[in-house]
Amino acid sequence: MSTLHRIEVRTRQGASDPRAEAVHRRAKAAGLSVASVSSAKVYLLEGGLGAEALGKAASGLLADPVVEVATLGQAPASGAAVIEVHPLPGVMDPAAQSVREGLKTLLGVDVAVSTGVRYDLSGVGVDDAHAFASRELANGVVHQITKGAWTPSHLPKGHDYELKVGQVPLRDLTDEQLTKLSREAHLFLSLEEMKTIQAEYRRLGREPRDIELETLAQTWSEHCVHKTLKSRVRYREQGGQGVMNLAGRAGHATEPDGSVVIDNLLKRTVAAATFDLIAQGVDWTLSVFKDNSGVIALDDTWGVCIKVETHNHPSALEPYGGSATGIGGCIRDIIGTGLGAKPIASTDVFCVGFPNAWGEGAAALPPGTLHPRRILTDVVSGVRDYGNRMGIPTVNGAVHFNDRFVGNPLVFCGCIGLIPRTHVKGGAKAGDRIIALGGRTGRDGIHGATFSSAELESTAASEFSHAVQIGNAIEEKRTLDAILRARAAGLYHGITDCGAGGFSSAVGEMGAELGAQVELERAPLKYAGLSYTEIWISEAQERMVLAVAPDKVPAMAKICEEEGVELADLGVFGTPGAELILRYKGVEVGRMPMRLLHEGIPQPLREATWSAPKAQTAPVTAPATGEALRSLLSHPNIASKHWIVRQYDHEVQGNTVVKPLCGPGGRGPSDAAVIEPVAGSGRGVALGCGLQIHGGVPSTNHVSQRTYGGDPYLTTLAGIDECVRNLVCTGADPTRIAILDNFCWPSCEKPENLGTLVRAAEACYDGAMAYRTPFVSGKDSLNNQLRYQDPATGEKRVIEIPPTLLITGMGIVQDVNKAVTMDAKSPGNALLLVGRTTGDIGGSHFAQLFGDNGAPFPRTDLKVGPATAKAVASCIAQGLVKAAHDCSDGGMLVAVAEMLIATTGAGKPLGAALSIDPGSLKAWELAFAETPSRYVLEVAACDVAKVRTLLGDVPHAMLGTVDATGELTWPQASLRASVDDLAKAWLTPLAW
Amino acid sequence: MPKALVIRAPGTNCDMEMCRAFELAGAAVELVHLEALCAQPAAIATSDLIGFPGGFSYGDDIASGRIFAMKIRERLYPHLRDAAARGCPMIGACNGFQVLVQTGLLPGPAVGESWPEQPPSQRVALTDNQDARFHDRWVGMAYEASSSCIWTKGLDDGLDEAMRAVVHQLPVAHGEGRFVAANAAVLRALEQGGQVAARYTDNYNGSQGAIAGICDASGRIFGLMPHPERYLDWNRHPAWTRLPESVRKGETPGLRMFRNAVEAACEVGAGR
Repeated sequence: MSTLHRIEVRTRQGASDPRAEAVHRRAKAAGLSVASVSSAKVYLLEGGLGAEALGKAASGLLADPVVEVATLGQAPASGAAVIEVHPLPGVMDPAAQSVREGLKTLLGVDVAVSTGVRYDLSGVGVDDAHAFASRELANGVVHQITKGAWTPSHLPKGHDYELKVGQVPLRDLTDEQLTKLSREAHLFLSLEEMKTIQAEYRRLGREPRDIELETLAQTWSEHCVHKTLKSRVRYREQGGQGVMNLAGRAGHATEPDGSVVIDNLLKRTVAAATFDLIAQGVDWTLSVFKDNSGVIALDDTWGVCIKVETHNHPSALEPYGGSATGIGGCIRDIIGTGLGAKPIASTDVFCVGFPNAWGEGAAALPPGTLHPRRILTDVVSGVRDYGNRMGIPTVNGAVHFNDRFVGNPLVFCGCIGLIPRTHVKGGAKAGDRIIALGGRTGRDGIHGATFSSAELESTAASEFSHAVQIGNAIEEKRTLDAILRARAAGLYHGITDCGAGGFSSAVGEMGAELGAQVELERAPLKYAGLSYTEIWISEAQERMVLAVAPDKVPAMAKICEEEGVELADLGVFGTPGAELILRYKGVEVGRMPMRLLHEGIPQPLREATWSAPKAQTAPVTAPATGEALRSLLSHPNIASKHWIVRQYDHEVQGNTVVKPLCGPGGRGPSDAAVIEPVAGSGRGVALGCGLQIHGGVPSTNHVSQRTYGGDPYLTTLAGIDECVRNLVCTGADPTRIAILDNFCWPSCEKPENLGTLVRAAEACYDGAMAYRTPFVSGKDSLNNQLRYQDPATGEKRVIEIPPTLLITGMGIVQDVNKAVTMDAKSPGNALLLVGRTTGDIGGSHFAQLFGDNGAPFPRTDLKVGPATAKAVASCIAQGLVKAAHDCSDGGMLVAVAEMLIATTGAGKPLGAALSIDPGSLKAWELAFAETPSRYVLEVAACDVAKVRTLLGDVPHAMLGTVDATGELTWPQASLRASVDDLAKAWLTPLAW
Repeated sequence: MPKALVIRAPGTNCDMEMCRAFELAGAAVELVHLEALCAQPAAIATSDLIGFPGGFSYGDDIASGRIFAMKIRERLYPHLRDAAARGCPMIGACNGFQVLVQTGLLPGPAVGESWPEQPPSQRVALTDNQDARFHDRWVGMAYEASSSCIWTKGLDDGLDEAMRAVVHQLPVAHGEGRFVAANAAVLRALEQGGQVAARYTDNYNGSQGAIAGICDASGRIFGLMPHPERYLDWNRHPAWTRLPESVRKGETPGLRMFRNAVEAACEVGAGR
């Protein structure tokens, strides 16, 4: 007879408890008058444990003898309000798994474990304490938050499952009924897709079984198949300003009415650039678009691969778990590339609402949404806890604030990997066993793929809580360790990760040509009771699928046992007729041709429209230069992100050469990071990005649906240019830069939104061709909007995100010892501004703060931009550049200020005396315009002539001189500012 | 060539750079999984150096290094005690340091005393940073000239005070690195016995005595929260692009530590 035992572990009396103090600070910040806070870790152990065993568990495993004490049972509350937080049943509890494993060694018994945290808040009522905990410390989507201690009599267990093969009659359904079925069963298939399925089963003369329909829904989801980007599109425009020229492009047919029909948007734009570049002699890509990530050559022996994904909808509901499983999934894409790559660096980019614009004293949050500050704090924690545990340095990132992200934040997770060039290609062979490695399968993550493909609704937290997961990094680390050993021993033919769609997608993709037979009951389960369909589509984390020849399975199993990784043989690749055959305990529960899965999806013609926005110019009220500079430095988009960066381990693996923060005090915001993947080789990889948000930014505190001026074609080109600039500034070779696209768009069912997508995609082609930067991979997320009912008025509303394109780039650094950082170096050095500034301030941060967001947007010159990058790179390669920084958010003067701020924190900072004459521009235009293709270079006085010769025709001007004054001066703009003061303005806003 | 044994567990993630450190310092390296070592502990007896790398062993979900240390106490202590007794240099960095203090291998017996039969009880802890946050940064280090630690010997040689401040930095990356002694007597004994080997010049995590690293009484077992194995090349220094060429010559202080230990191991080996 087993009993439930409780052990509480808390800090020894008199010792400080930083975790409780942090909670106390948060409570005070939330306006709660709490006198004191204490916290305890709670362990519930179910199993036959005697008093001696419990004592040994407490002292030998759970409590630190120096700083902690353990209590068997429940310590008295002493008048405080007690709140306890535990994972909901079925939610991943990594600590419980650790305790269970530890107790096996220590006591030799296997017990069931649940862990939690108890908070004792004194001086506050239990209801207030509960409300605070629900808002700040836990999330009802994944936690149970109890008033008082949680004292169940038993830990939740699974239940028995009885096989019942289900059918979904749809052959006789009307269109309306098909639509209803698609939505209510969370299939999220279009009517046309439902009708295609209906026709197929009418042809087969039977109804689909439930698992077959689910498999189609997963495989055909926007998330998995990118059906919008791959579809045929009819594009029409009014007043395209002559910017974009589609005439004569392959796959583009101009109709008599002037519209253009593009036969496959992705293939004819993003991918076309890559293949056209390869045809023109770009010979260093090794694998593009086909695999889980794109691969390029690092040197003759090694390749580097890269993938960036989004995890937006899960992060809206449960930001901590959402971002952690986002990065976890992207890491698995790297592991699942070719015959397996080793992840070596990560990048993370977040888009959220302005933290001060929402909540108390500001606009009311839309129902069902979390506060932007909570979202940002938690997504950072999620990346920290997962990335740091995996031992992958998080070296690059960005944060962008815009109120239209309030209901639908964006979380981009990227990873790069190192792979032997001999291992870039792999694939299952007929007869290979289907081997699953890693985490067990549970009911978590059901319908993640379809959920992420639908728009968010305010009820999503309750309807889709099953799609949200908590990760367990250590499981993935073990699996990685086992796979790298198996790779070295040549034990498998193919590998992929279980991401969206779970086994259904992984096995479906690997067996697309061969067919596969799967015995679903063989998948190890977290708890009993899963149906065969749930096993098949669960997106439970930390699982990989490998194709292993039968004679290699024992060696594979041995490695897995040594590494503590569970292995399951799920079946075989290769069936007669390339069918997918699904069985459960010998009973066939599904059978369908692979052809239907991968080729059956209908491709409708989608409508896209674009009309150029009318410029709505308004006068600018420009404050004094110094005041404007300080305001811009304090803008959350520009302000220092050290609060985030310092929480990430960006140096694990020991190969980070240019760190995300640089300079003598570690404060300078690096343009990109540089790592040396093979230590001591001298060859480096720079990782950076360009993030451009189309549509400007509303400057008021309410969510404006008004689209500001601008053209996604231009913002996309600016994004590519920004990415290239960032990489070049650290020393990357511009002839060896590969890029990725991540489109995050609102619903593209709306022709206007598809129109902006078309323009962005066409710009991807033009930009990639001009910069000769092939896209090697990408991922899109096309339904980013929140639908809700305004509680005050009952009005139905939709908040669409502004169309957002993240360009991530990876550039080869030929010699890491020639890498350059952006911190100013020495008094007496000259500052040069490379690139021409125009007065087009549309979309700039200056315009956002001081008016005229409707002003013309700057254009990227596709001849001058690449030439400038090349010229700057050659100056750097010749060792002539002491510091380089790109002019991006905030413009030239912000860039110069950042170079000086980078010298603070270690004694007296450097200063600079600018002497450039604005000429025909207004001083604030030269200072703050965000014209692309511009760089600030610091050059020793004796090298200026050489640099100017190398720059040649590339527009450039002498900007001023670095000095030792600790002040930034510019008489022509009446500027005199203390660099320490500027640093304060920049460091403070996000020092959370 | 002396042999260094680097012990990894599930979640260890600084093992490759520690292996590289030993290799660059002139040792042959054997990387072994903790579970495999528990099954066949003989490898300890044939090793000249032992490394406990950083990471999140077994997830560090209960507390950092807890399960790793428990397994050592339960399964490997006698073998490691023998290695310690014969003067085998050992290093634990970050998670490895957390493991060493929880196994009792640090601070170890007092000067003149021998290693006990059973694992010594834990006398110091590495617990939550004072602000309850994970920190990744480079921090200034001061190496105690009076310490008996063999790993940190001679690091100051040839450096003036200004250069020491620039060169003597090490990267830290942890959430639980605040050094706490069980009581004042323990702390006093460490200070007086030359067992405090390294301190932070900026005590960001609130450690008692700003202690970054300690050694056992023999000076051969060394644990520290910072990561010397991430500072094997000058271009890993956080501001290397500002360092004059003349400074970026020779071995980094990180590599010097491993070189010191390999040389010490060779001396032991010669007399074995």
